[in-house]
Amino acid sequence: MSKTRVSGWSLILLVTAAVLLNLAPVPESLRALRPFWMALVVIYACLEWPDEFGLGSAFLLGLISDLVAGAVFGEHAFRLVVVAFIILRFRSRIRFFPMWQQTAAVFALLLNDRIVTWMLRTFTGEFAIDWRYWLAPITGALLWPWFFLLVSDLTQRRRSKDS
Amino acid sequence: MPVQTADQTQLFSGHGTGTLRLVVFLAIAAALMASDARFGLLDSARRHGAELTRPVYWLAGAPKRLGQWLFAYAEDRSHLLAEQRALREQILLSEAKLARFDTLVAENESLRTLLDARQRVRLKAQLVEIIDIDLDPFRQRLLVNRGTSSGIAAGQAVLDGRGLIGQIIEANERSAMVILLTDPGHAVPVRVERTGLRSIAYGTGAADRLLLSHVPFSANLQPGDRLLSSGLGGRFPAGLPVAVITEVKGDRSATFAVADAKPVAAIEQVQQLLVLEEELSAISADSVESDPDFVGPPQGLAFPPEPIQ
Repeated sequence: MSKTRVSGWSLILLVTAAVLLNLAPVPESLRALRPFWMALVVIYACLEWPDEFGLGSAFLLGLISDLVAGAVFGEHAFRLVVVAFIILRFRSRIRFFPMWQQTAAVFALLLNDRIVTWMLRTFTGEFAIDWRYWLAPITGALLWPWFFLLVSDLTQRRRSKDS
Repeated sequence: MPVQTADQTQLFSGHGTGTLRLVVFLAIAAALMASDARFGLLDSARRHGAELTRPVYWLAGAPKRLGQWLFAYAEDRSHLLAEQRALREQILLSEAKLARFDTLVAENESLRTLLDARQRVRLKAQLVEIIDIDLDPFRQRLLVNRGTSSGIAAGQAVLDGRGLIGQIIEANERSAMVILLTDPGHAVPVRVERTGLRSIAYGTGAADRLLLSHVPFSANLQPGDRLLSSGLGGRFPAGLPVAVITEVKGDRSATFAVADAKPVAAIEQVQQLLVLEEELSAISADSVESDPDFVGPPQGLAFPPEPIQ
């Protein structure tokens, strides 16, 4: 089986998981801590499958997220395109960063995404902010190493089984 | 926003990540947002999309439902019996209260016919359940499991057992989105129960806080005052409990008071909600003034009319 098909299936699985994790109900006190799972998926895909995954795919995943989250169409698309663009620009460096630096980069990206979201929602006029708004990038960054190791382990295993 | 970097990074990446593509995609996204948020051009796409997202919502809520089911299954018998007894007592109490309420309603109606007043709109409500998924915690929205196929339409008022929660903002075939009172884009016309003062309660984005601004100091607003919906604007029927004043302070210019209020409805704990079925015909300010229940300043001393929401 070709590499493209493996990454295609992995991507579909990852996206499904991200959508479900984004929606699964959690206790009220933990709600603000929920990381932006779809952004983690986009970061991973940009790092690992740059040939198949580009700004267009990020845009498409954004539209899916918009539909599922009941947000204004284009909001998540805008955010994920920004994330994908930055990662693809710096891909050559980030890929060879040690894990802690990679985590720091992911944190910066997610923080930037929060700022972009703030901006977008101020334009569409439905936003009020409080300090918990800034917590999600921290959990996102803390989860990144585990997410990265788990997903690359699983996809590698698939690939070796297929070949 | 992305930083323009030195050229050497582009040498290494080299996969169609040109700034032009970025600009094009961001422009498309911005155009989508504008057409959706400002002009509502994508409503039909959203309605079709709702059919696709329903199984996703079902699946996302499944682990919690399973957990609750297991928990209920494992609950021991004595606990259940105790709970049953408590519920029975509660039913008895409520029934007694209801019986009293019925006589009051009958009495009220006969008084009204004596006074030749217009019949108050009877409330017909429909029970809906919240679909247990998390949308963004910083957007004051809820998703419920009934839609246009059950007669739900945008604009209908939504309440729980204690008071007003919000209104339907968007109805799909089998689900509907509720905008909460506490959304920063939402406002409810209210009346202070004690003094009859009319004002508008704005959402703040915090789940337990509403804001009344530009209240004259002479209106004598106090913490603990109950706010009822005033029925002005015709969106919400008059007389539903909305919030309780928690704090009154002067605004920056010190000419008006600003009050914080806490919604009466337990917005973060409810599972089932009531949607009022009838959309009320607009109630004009006169009909509220001529309402025998209406307590307020004499006509000549009334405050200048508030802008209607």
